[in-house]
Amino acid sequence: MTQRFPVAMLFRELRASRRRLAIYVGSIALGVAALVSINSFRENVETSIRGQARVLLGADLELRSRQPFTDSVQALLDSVAAAESPVASMTSFASMALAPRTGRTRLVDVRATSGGFPFYGTIETAPQGRWALLQEGRTAIVDSTVLVQLAVDVGDTLAIGESRFVILAALTRVPGEIGLRAAIGPRVYIPGRYVEETGLLRFGSRARFAALLKLDETALREFLDQHRESLRAADVRIDTASEREQDLTQSLALLARYLGLVGLIALLLGGIGVASAVHIYVKGKLETVAVLRCLGATQRTTFTVYLLHAALLGATGAVLGVLIGLFVQSLLPRLFAEFLPLDVQPAFAWKPVAAGIGIGVWVALVFALHPLLTVRNVAPLKALRTAYERKPRRASLAGLLTLGAVLGSVVLLSMWQAPRWPVGLGFAIGIVLTTAILWLLALFIMRATRMLLPRRAPFALRQGVSNLFRPQNQTIAVTLAVGFGVFLLATMYVVQHNLIDRLQVSSYPQRPNLFLFDIQRDQRPDVVGILQKHRVRPLDITPIVTARVASVNGQRVDALLQDSSRSRWPYTREYRHTYRDTTVASEVVVAGSWWNGRPAGPTDDPSESRISVEEDIARELDVGVGDGITWNVQGRLIETVVANIRRVDWARFETNFFVVFESGVLEDAPQSFVVLTRAPDARIRAEIQRDLVVAHPNISAFDLTLVQQTLDTVLGSVVLAIRFMALFSIGCGAVVLIGAVATSRFQRMRESVLLKTLGARARVIRQILMTEYIALGTLAALTGVALAGVAGWALTTIFFELSFRLPVLPLIGAWLIAVLVTTTVGLLGSWGVLRRPPLVVMREMAD
Amino acid sequence: MVIAERIEQTYMSGGKPLTVLRDVSLAVEPEGFVAIVGPSGSGKTTLLGLLAGLEPPSAGTVRLNGQDLSLLTEDQRAQFRAEHVGFVFQTFQLIPTLTAMENVLVPIELRAMHGGQRNGAAAEDRALELLGRVGLRDRSHHYPAQLSGGEQQRVAIARAFANKPRILFADEPTGNLDSATGRKVIDLLEQLNAEARTTLVLVTHDPELAARAHRVIRLADGRLIPDRTPLAR
Repeated sequence: MTQRFPVAMLFRELRASRRRLAIYVGSIALGVAALVSINSFRENVETSIRGQARVLLGADLELRSRQPFTDSVQALLDSVAAAESPVASMTSFASMALAPRTGRTRLVDVRATSGGFPFYGTIETAPQGRWALLQEGRTAIVDSTVLVQLAVDVGDTLAIGESRFVILAALTRVPGEIGLRAAIGPRVYIPGRYVEETGLLRFGSRARFAALLKLDETALREFLDQHRESLRAADVRIDTASEREQDLTQSLALLARYLGLVGLIALLLGGIGVASAVHIYVKGKLETVAVLRCLGATQRTTFTVYLLHAALLGATGAVLGVLIGLFVQSLLPRLFAEFLPLDVQPAFAWKPVAAGIGIGVWVALVFALHPLLTVRNVAPLKALRTAYERKPRRASLAGLLTLGAVLGSVVLLSMWQAPRWPVGLGFAIGIVLTTAILWLLALFIMRATRMLLPRRAPFALRQGVSNLFRPQNQTIAVTLAVGFGVFLLATMYVVQHNLIDRLQVSSYPQRPNLFLFDIQRDQRPDVVGILQKHRVRPLDITPIVTARVASVNGQRVDALLQDSSRSRWPYTREYRHTYRDTTVASEVVVAGSWWNGRPAGPTDDPSESRISVEEDIARELDVGVGDGITWNVQGRLIETVVANIRRVDWARFETNFFVVFESGVLEDAPQSFVVLTRAPDARIRAEIQRDLVVAHPNISAFDLTLVQQTLDTVLGSVVLAIRFMALFSIGCGAVVLIGAVATSRFQRMRESVLLKTLGARARVIRQILMTEYIALGTLAALTGVALAGVAGWALTTIFFELSFRLPVLPLIGAWLIAVLVTTTVGLLGSWGVLRRPPLVVMREMAD
Repeated sequence: MVIAERIEQTYMSGGKPLTVLRDVSLAVEPEGFVAIVGPSGSGKTTLLGLLAGLEPPSAGTVRLNGQDLSLLTEDQRAQFRAEHVGFVFQTFQLIPTLTAMENVLVPIELRAMHGGQRNGAAAEDRALELLGRVGLRDRSHHYPAQLSGGEQQRVAIARAFANKPRILFADEPTGNLDSATGRKVIDLLEQLNAEARTTLVLVTHDPELAARAHRVIRLADGRLIPDRTPLAR
């Protein structure tokens, strides 16, 4: 009963300020929409994966190895097949594909399959249903990018190694694989029985061998219980459908959570919108509050009226946000199609929706609290004397508490949304710091303009600039909205620019752009000949010798692996070594010394050769300078001693190695060569590759410009997803900006009408408004850009561990665009003031 | 009814104390009509604010209806005002977002919040009756901006009487009105005052209006000037 008054007052007040409050509702709605859409999508992805786990793998169990399965493993597989459990195989390797009709070539990922793979789900093709026909002849099913790049069509012939295949169809969907896969290594499926015929599985080629098994749950468990250890000992990796499901769920959830953080920025920006809307709204209500206090309303009553106000608007915004979010959610599967290994059906998920509404109302309330405190502080005497101001209470306890609530909410929300709490905490700190800097800037602008504004400046300039610090100014709100928006977009740009810049082969004219792999010793002179025919010379010819660790400091690998705390892979992997007597540009010795200046060949102890080990792998192998490693080089044991430790810049597209041998040791071992060359002309690069494939089909050519395009595509997809989420923040920034303009519209109208009445022409008023918005936009965007430079530097150097370059011109461009947008929004918001005669506006204001 | 004893009010202005009222003592009898007059800046409005309990004085005590206001907290003073005090302001101070009717309802609803009974229909009847008394029954759904100044002040008077207050404070009620309208408003105020047997304390610098009061309190420079009845002049 007693709460009737605040509720009644609430609805009366709402009725009167619908338009202004739309801004408030909009601020919250966009933020909630961002969170609800991405978090609902995350749930959808998890549900979809759960339902399709076996489809993702195409089987119940996958066994993988870098070498052909050993006899014992093969016997095991045969026994499974004999027990009438289906077993399929897939051998995949990189190879050049040549289209004889067009003469074009492309490095592709060849997958030779047999035995009814996939057991679950279907591989979709265009024309439809061709997958079932793959095994029937000498046919291939290829990624559509292969068709485009080789300029061929279904029905054309494709040469792979020494075999030819008729293209049967294009792949449209392979369950369990993401669309981006095609950009990284376009797939070419061929029947398994023709692998030998291609002649590509020779020494030195890097193939992956997989067996896919269909087992029911009990059989799978038994199989794993019995054979897990022996398979691991044979270097066979095991992947079950449920493990694949977990990995996928985790990585996609991680992606969604990071994107959710970007969405959270929108909500927090919305919070700032709320705070600014409430601040200005309450300022306009102070006299009403004073009258209510005169008439006997308590502090609590008046505060409750406006707090309820904030809660109701927050709830309205949140519900609206949920609706927008659900709509956006239905679009996300298409936006993220390139990342998704399966079909995701948008479905209603109540948890993200409930969280969205709760968080929306919470953020609205928490951000409204601080400006609402003013209501508590209104003296009733203000009704009698408008000018009466109560002594301002400096940093009241309530004020500190509400600020604390805001900060606490930012931290908690960030940690809730982030994949790991330290990420959330770091994110929250970043957000708070950025806000604080922009806030301080706004205060600085107000103080500096007040102090520095020349008295004799032209009228319009003086009026416009003083609008920045006059009562009811919008400096803080606009600075935050514009500054944050620019900061977000520019940071993303700076990071993207640095990642891509690293890969711009063209920006480093001396660097190679064509890599030729798997060149056999006898092919080497001919390869050099082909290059010379095209007037290109090899920049570097690097020998590659494969080897495995046999023992470290006299301890055999199997003994070392008894210690379960060690990671297995450094001891079991196949290393690709090279030998040379000089260091290269991408490496630097950090411990010990290089063997230059000393005679080549074993010296101290003729039985031990010197090697250089990369620092990370040295840590993994737990070796330092002076330690001994024995290598198994294709059956022959070679003893080495670590002469030095190198640091390698892996990000550079050059041939880099974990282990480098001194010369005079491996020269006679079986080896292949990598040739690096540079051909500036794309046509010449294509011709070289064609000639090579025709003469030596086993050689793979790696066109770096193509890799660069691929990375551009991949990065582009990631950036698109981030940009999409950032769009909400930009939208929110725009709402806050429009809100700031709208809330001061009334004041502006009064001033402008007065000026017009006193004889100012519309042009003068336009100049005043333009001056104000240009000044605001310039300073806010400049700060946003500067902060983006710092954030971009931090992300590039700390997170991505790359060197940093500031893209100056694009940032200046971003800055100018931001100024233009701010000014345009500002002027559009004040358009009514400019266009109409004073009397009309006066009458409107009276209403 | 209203008893002020040696009240003093000091504000901080520009970092220095500024005493706007000093050593003011006065008493207003029940059902009386008192005018407080004085030149601008003499402390009239401050005195009114203190008498009405809007602010506690820096020194001295104010007793209203037997209650020492200095013993009450800010919220208790608010409740006291809701129950016993009515206000009329120079600038009308109607709440611009509420209709005339809703403006009159506000004190009734506030009083209900403080524990009094409220019957929605009865409250609206009461508000309508009051609007009828001030001649604005047919304007009850209009917003302040749709009313003339005189009409707004009549709504404010209706609002002031809504809770049948024991005492009514009016701050320059005709200050923003032309003389003819002002006269009508005062007639109305006096009439309602007489009917409701309310005590009326009114600040003005209109001598004609002051002349209608039963008693005039003169202020100059924050001090009381010895009392004279208008009739004795």
